Amino acid sequence: MSEDINIAESTNKHETFTQEEYMVMKNDLLRPIEKIGKAGKIWIAFLMTVFLAGVFAYYIQETRGKYTTISLRDYTMWGIYISNFLFMVAIGLVGVLMSAILKLTHFEWYRPLSRIGEVIAIGAIMFAGVSIIVAMGRPDRLYNLLLHGRIQSPIVWDVIGISTDLAASLILLFIPLIPSLITCRNNLKNLPKWQLKMYNILSFGWQGTPEQWKILKKTMRILTILLIPLGILICTITAWLFATTLRPEWDSTNFGAYFVSNAFLLSVAVMILATFIFRKAYNLEKYLTEMHFDKLGQVMVLMALIHGYFNINEYLIPAYKMSGLHENHLLSLFIGKDALFYWSVVIFGIIVPFLLPLFPKLRKPIPLTIISVIVLIAGWFRLYLIVIPGLLQPYLPIQDVPESWKHYFPSVVEMTIVAATFAGVLLVVTLFSRFFPIVSVWEVAEGQLEGKEEIINYK
Amino acid sequence: MEKENNNSSRRNFLRLGALGGIALAGTAIANAVTDESPKTTGKKVKVLTADGKLIEIDSSHVDHHAAKDGFSSEEVRQGVEGKKFIRVIDLGKCANERKCITGCQKAHNILAPIEYIKVKKMQDSALAAPYWFPTMCYHCDNPPCVKVCPVDATFKRSDGIVAMDYERCIGCKFCMAACPYSARTFNFGRPEQLKFTEEHKNDTSDPNHCTTPYAQEGTVAKCDFCTDRSAQGLLPACVVECPNGAIYHGDELEDVVSNGEDTLRLKKLLKDRAGYRQFEELGTKPRVYYLPPVERDFPFEDAAEPQNTKE
Repeated sequence: MSEDINIAESTNKHETFTQEEYMVMKNDLLRPIEKIGKAGKIWIAFLMTVFLAGVFAYYIQETRGKYTTISLRDYTMWGIYISNFLFMVAIGLVGVLMSAILKLTHFEWYRPLSRIGEVIAIGAIMFAGVSIIVAMGRPDRLYNLLLHGRIQSPIVWDVIGISTDLAASLILLFIPLIPSLITCRNNLKNLPKWQLKMYNILSFGWQGTPEQWKILKKTMRILTILLIPLGILICTITAWLFATTLRPEWDSTNFGAYFVSNAFLLSVAVMILATFIFRKAYNLEKYLTEMHFDKLGQVMVLMALIHGYFNINEYLIPAYKMSGLHENHLLSLFIGKDALFYWSVVIFGIIVPFLLPLFPKLRKPIPLTIISVIVLIAGWFRLYLIVIPGLLQPYLPIQDVPESWKHYFPSVVEMTIVAATFAGVLLVVTLFSRFFPIVSVWEVAEGQLEGKEEIINYK
Repeated sequence: MEKENNNSSRRNFLRLGALGGIALAGTAIANAVTDESPKTTGKKVKVLTADGKLIEIDSSHVDHHAAKDGFSSEEVRQGVEGKKFIRVIDLGKCANERKCITGCQKAHNILAPIEYIKVKKMQDSALAAPYWFPTMCYHCDNPPCVKVCPVDATFKRSDGIVAMDYERCIGCKFCMAACPYSARTFNFGRPEQLKFTEEHKNDTSDPNHCTTPYAQEGTVAKCDFCTDRSAQGLLPACVVECPNGAIYHGDELEDVVSNGEDTLRLKKLLKDRAGYRQFEELGTKPRVYYLPPVERDFPFEDAAEPQNTKE
């Protein structure tokens, strides 16, 4: 209703976007909330199953003892729980990239993508927190962080940073959602009563008055600006968890930048994948256009270049010196037992996203999505390579220990829990898109009104 | 430690002037009256006197915690006043007999494969001679583990010991990542160990028993310099058990270290024998010094097979 008034007022100024077109768009974007297909139900059931399997695996881990259920030992005391935590923090940067940076730099094509990015970011950051708790020896003593927390410890920085970032992201997701909630309430009459009531309560009596719009825009702007340093901060602090130690493999002044550049690359990849899925599943081809893939492909090239640059700083320069401290670790990565791993990650995680999207044909939805999946898999293993192989190359040699202490391969329990964190993120995103418009109706309409025709019918 | 034995108080008595002598005699009488004549146990213990002598006295003369008393979490944070524990390891004397390892495990009621003290074969380069290298927590003066602990569960005490509060540790393992010497070990809840800990909760039978408990499940453990034994002036289990006297334990402020047989001046020993600390360049300032493996007591013999293989 409110938007209708708003639109009606503005149509005088812009003849390119009519009331009829707006109605069509609104119906298109709200449709996924009204009906859920069979495939959608199966998908949610599948995610629930994986998630519950993870909950059960965690129950087993905590009741049967970690020694028998997980393959962590004294040297590899951090395993895929921690590398998965890094991955979650990294893709949590997608909100910053898609909604904050593009918005503030006036790349108007961000509009239909921003909410998708924000929801993924919130899911990822939530499950980053879960990953840490799962990795803890005594999760029952979590309250000690409040009772005895030491601000000198990077873990406490991370706890503060992640909770602040999560809160800011939730508010930034919620504020622009308010006008959309009214749109949902007014247009989706077939929904169950409780759902309409929920929209009503959550919209906090939004009227759509010019004054309210002014406050909304201002709040959004402040939060958007705030979110950039916060997002970069949590990625950096997470890198500092490693860089503040004296271990040779993490002893790097480049680590924060290396990690942030990696996070940006993975964020683009996850955005492309999500855009592709939503476009297909909810028939949003008109809004999530080929233009978006074209642009995201270009962003991916840039991010791969930047990450490649930091990767050279991180590995090749120490390798040139080959100091005794780094020697074991670097040689094991370059030509040793982790070489296949390392070079696959370099090729698929840096060279592929840098080279392939240079060709316009490969920036079409399907090829670019395939590239993104490759980049995401390589990205997950890159974080694995950051955490685990170095643990097996300490300063003092590992000698005279049981066989299982000398190598690490995640146990079934660990893999189930990690799979469950992925299912959890996907569940957050899927369920959100089932109850709220995943593409922000008013933000897209606003883009139209300002005469930015490239959003629709690009090319 | 506090109470001197009869011999030395008599000697002091002669040396002191009349006034001081009367005062001392007064306290001696007071002691004799109040003391409920400690029963001699017949068990001899070695203690260091303030002037650096190692003497053997009956264990009844040593004031200590009831053997099964643990330290309260407040007590474990207090260092022993006037002490700065320090350790010197003579690499020329180590023959990898692993007695320090088993002695330590017994004293702390821990089972293999957990080792607070490890012996590694080191060879710095192809032409350099190999040697055995006992390593443990170095109780660094700039401890990287203490820096990163989010809840102050590991901390530096005034007597130099880096101690653990197992009641508080949340098991994040950040200290293990931070330690460049891989000195820390995690209680992953190995069933045999859990059972053993439960069965031997009150077992103090080991003559080198150390009252500081093993880490609870899900927390981090490490060498604690046998905190309670050090506090009583007793030597830690690894020092007592070493058949070759390779490990010297002592007090930096008293400038004295002992391996149970020889008691030496710390500074002179380090000076004469070119003592050094492992990875000085990391800036951790360890409290464990090494004496280079020169003039060895034994030829280097490689271990026939790995010992610590039990899963």
